[in-house]
Amino acid sequence: MSEFLEFRNVSKRFGAIQAVDGVSLGIKKGEFFSLLGPSGCGKTTMLRLAAGFEYPDTGQVILDGADITDLSPNKRKVNTIFQSYALFPHLNVWENIAFGLRVAKRSKRDIETEVEAMLRLIRMGDQAGKKPDQLSGGQKQRVAIARALINKPQVLLLDEPLAALDLKLRQRMLIELDMIHDQVGITFLYVTHDQGEAMSLSDRIAVMDSGRIEQVGSPAEIYETPRTSFVAAFIGDTNFLEGEVTGLVESEYCQVKIADIPGVICFNDKSMKPGNPVYLSIRPEKIHISRDRPEESRLRNIVPAVVEDMIYLGSTTKYWVRTHGLRVQVLRQHFRFFLDEKPIRWNDDVWIWWHGDDGFMLDRYRAVDEHLVALPPRKVGEPEDNNEKP
Amino acid sequence: MRRSRFPFIVTMAVLFFFYLPIIILIVNSFNASRFESGWQGFSLMWYKRLFHEPEIWRAARNSLLIAAAATAVSLVIGTTAAIALHRFARSRLQRFHFGLVYTPLVVPEILMGISLLMLFVTAGVELGLFTIFLAHVTFCISFVAMTVLARLQDFDESIVEAAQDLGAGWWATTRRVLLPMLLPGLIAGGLLAFTLSIDDFVITFFVAGPGSTTLPIRVYSMIKYGSPPLINALSTILLVLTFTAVAASQRLSRSRH
Repeated sequence: MSEFLEFRNVSKRFGAIQAVDGVSLGIKKGEFFSLLGPSGCGKTTMLRLAAGFEYPDTGQVILDGADITDLSPNKRKVNTIFQSYALFPHLNVWENIAFGLRVAKRSKRDIETEVEAMLRLIRMGDQAGKKPDQLSGGQKQRVAIARALINKPQVLLLDEPLAALDLKLRQRMLIELDMIHDQVGITFLYVTHDQGEAMSLSDRIAVMDSGRIEQVGSPAEIYETPRTSFVAAFIGDTNFLEGEVTGLVESEYCQVKIADIPGVICFNDKSMKPGNPVYLSIRPEKIHISRDRPEESRLRNIVPAVVEDMIYLGSTTKYWVRTHGLRVQVLRQHFRFFLDEKPIRWNDDVWIWWHGDDGFMLDRYRAVDEHLVALPPRKVGEPEDNNEKP
Repeated sequence: MRRSRFPFIVTMAVLFFFYLPIIILIVNSFNASRFESGWQGFSLMWYKRLFHEPEIWRAARNSLLIAAAATAVSLVIGTTAAIALHRFARSRLQRFHFGLVYTPLVVPEILMGISLLMLFVTAGVELGLFTIFLAHVTFCISFVAMTVLARLQDFDESIVEAAQDLGAGWWATTRRVLLPMLLPGLIAGGLLAFTLSIDDFVITFFVAGPGSTTLPIRVYSMIKYGSPPLINALSTILLVLTFTAVAASQRLSRSRH
């Protein structure tokens, strides 16, 4: 399928800050597409470029085959949901939703039928006469959505729409947004710093950092096969292990020497050859931990370790263990609780193991990305050492 | 525990101090006595006399005319200045502009009066209603700009973007969003300009010409040569009008929120 909304080599600079740096990106028709990244990564600028609030220094923005780079916001068939909702405080719910149609000088009857339909879609028919400051955060959000959708935009732009809501409401609105997307079937471009939102809603995600796109892919692709250390560390938690390829196993796997652990097996999807330096990334939840030594098995990596820290998190416990001078994060799900099982404690000797398919090698690695990985709480008297390898 | 009566007493004393002169003025306006030397019985004679003083009515008409015109013109200029100051707040030019707009608020009136007089004389403009109007616009702009600017500052800029996003061009955005949202600020600024203009004495005194007497100047000359009880009656009428206007504007701005 061809691209519906397309950024072609777009750059935008604000003073000394390169907000967007030569980004090319295509979004398909009907897709729920997310721009995900930390604050200041350029994702909001991308959205404002699509809306027409900013114009790129270089590059083009294409919508449905037409170049809209220099078109003013009121002439673009895109509508925006603002982070602050930006409802008109002097107009009531009904008038807010009708705004776009009134400006377009549509007939009174058209306006009435369409506003009523929108009120039904957001289930707020009985609140039509209220002013924005009489509404709850979730209701304001829904009015903002209706106000934008009534113009039948080709693309709906959403700028961190759930950031101002509390957790429970956010979860409800997530489901609602998903339903609305299914019902109206238009293209959504969703900007967020919250990986949970992006993961649960999106067909595809573009992870951004420093004005560039690090990786584009489905939520599962992004999570399971991150290409860069930034993506691996920003989406979920991970362990970075530095090593060197020492041999190939069964053509699809390779052996990696990490610190002085020999022969760690890892899936070799990057066609690494012996002698290549690599970075392995292993998600904490993919590592098992136990006091008893597990059975040897094909492609299973088993390493002895000592528990240094642990945090009880309710459904899970997070452990920081030390092995061969490396610090490794392990997440363990509590799915059963044996009274006679001796729980794992601080300074216990344990075994950790993971399958060769569960680690992945990174194309690009930057040491700064390790700071995105949650570090364990420091013990009293322990020296600050931010460059410590996990 | 009984609460101390002290705050109540202080409050009452302050109110008494503020309003006693006004109360005396109102009471005296109904005093039949020609001199303020004691109560000589209730009378409406000063109000009746007021209606037979064409000089006063001419001055009142001049004042209203100037105040209305100065308010209208300074509202337009002051509001556009405020929007420029707000939108380009960080540019160096607008910081200079802010200084220019702010200065008339703190410059002594007498200085403004003299400088305006010198300007008009140098430029050869004949002193009269027009020069008073120009002078009033000069200082009213600053007050309007500051009031509207305050309103703009707690204004979510994305609301304007939202209007554009929904298809509104410049004019539709201004008419449907900007002006309605600024309305309380415009009313407040306009009222301020109107009251400042109508009771300005110092600046007007310098730039007024023959036959362009405004009410404050008329009152001043009446104190010197005329009868004080007449002024009392006039002041009471002005007071009632002012109170009504203030009460109306407060109710209006309250209904906006």
